[in-house]
Amino acid sequence: MKYIDEFRDGALARSLGAAITREAAPGRRYGFMEFCGGHTHAIARYGVTDLLPGNVRMIHGPGCPVCVLPVGRVDMAIEIARRPGVILATYGDTMRVPASGRLSLLKAKAQGADVRMVYSTQDAVRLAEENPGREVVMFAIGFETTTPPTALAIKQAEAKGLANFLVFCNHVLTPSAISHILESPEVRELGTVPIDGFIGPAHVSTIIGSRPYEFFAEEYQKPVVIAGFEPLDVMQAILMLVRQVNEGRAEVENEFTRAVTREGNQKAQALVAEVFELRREFEWRGLGAVPYSALRLKDKYAAFDAERRYGLVDRQVADHKACECGAILRGVKQPADCKLFGTACTPENPLGSCMVSSEGACAAHYTYGRFRDFSRKSAAGGATP
Amino acid sequence: MCLALPVRVVELKGGDMAVVDLGGVRKEISLALVDGVTAGDYVILHVGYALTRLDPAEAERTLATFAAAGIDAPASA
Ligand code: SF4
Repeated sequence: MKYIDEFRDGALARSLGAAITREAAPGRRYGFMEFCGGHTHAIARYGVTDLLPGNVRMIHGPGCPVCVLPVGRVDMAIEIARRPGVILATYGDTMRVPASGRLSLLKAKAQGADVRMVYSTQDAVRLAEENPGREVVMFAIGFETTTPPTALAIKQAEAKGLANFLVFCNHVLTPSAISHILESPEVRELGTVPIDGFIGPAHVSTIIGSRPYEFFAEEYQKPVVIAGFEPLDVMQAILMLVRQVNEGRAEVENEFTRAVTREGNQKAQALVAEVFELRREFEWRGLGAVPYSALRLKDKYAAFDAERRYGLVDRQVADHKACECGAILRGVKQPADCKLFGTACTPENPLGSCMVSSEGACAAHYTYGRFRDFSRKSAAGGATP
Repeated sequence: MCLALPVRVVELKGGDMAVVDLGGVRKEISLALVDGVTAGDYVILHVGYALTRLDPAEAERTLATFAAAGIDAPASA
């Protein structure tokens, strides 16, 4: 397909790999975090790490909306789905996310809850229209990319006078999560997670633009390169990061100019600002409570808010004891460091959220890269420390 | 979940809707988030909505950058 295939060319990928190898100074190590699960997926699927020199390491970040959904919020979704007369509409990825008591939405559905997978929020609005006697609740999750579609659905329901359409809002914000990672004690403690720069989100940035990253490139003195989700985009972004580090720069650069501008999609931003407001804090799986990192419906739209209508209260539920998702989402550990990886925990039977979505670090590693790390480790061991 | 694809707009429909071509498959999507899209434009499609228009000239420029990286000497010492 046009604008996809050209960005997956193997020969170009090798020449970009050679350029990175040539420009990365042999005496130093480079650690770059790809924030987005979309990048994690591309890196694993196309074997990007195989083309990098041993001293350039990619660290997976928390940018997978399914992975950061805390157990408590999934429990709340199940509670909503079990209410009499309710239809819970959800994106497919959330179905298998582990909740408390070995439950998931999929299991709740098998037990009789009316959970429907939808492709788009428009499908959820349609469900509400077709089922006037039922309450249809959209389990809205995701970063800045999926928030505008939720806002539009609410406006649409309002215009159509649909009193039976509700939203269970779990939308989270990217820039606050990145700042939080940089401020976490493990990351601050020198040497634990050396992050020299970030690959910035592709599709999130189409909405918010490149401007929101400028603050923290400045504040934390870390370079950020926004990149598309194809393998060549990622390789080019790594090359741009290596150059910034070599030249002592910490700037926001944009590799994904075919879709991202500095200002972003202002129409979408205005819509989100009209419908949503910041929560004081929100719990992320693996990161804990992150201040001002999520959205909720404004008072004006309270009638569409499932949390208010049903009087739901937030609850905190611990993850599976042995699950290392928390450390993995902060880049402190890698999937293979988890005792359950590939044994008790697999994509067919996930124990932690990082194993659920194909963008989760554990799932990507399980599907595409299980044996690759061994050769990587020996390559890294051979390089100058 | 964040997977989004560049697709070509084939036909505009009423009410912000459009038909797009997704590698041979036709699909109806919403253009409500992006103003001024016309048939023939490429947009980035995500959960049923166009997020933004794709700029063909910038795509060409990026591809040229990839090609140059293999040839160029290091930018600076
Ligand atoms: S392998 Fe499973 S249990 Fe271990 S960290 Fe990953 S998701 Fe958690």
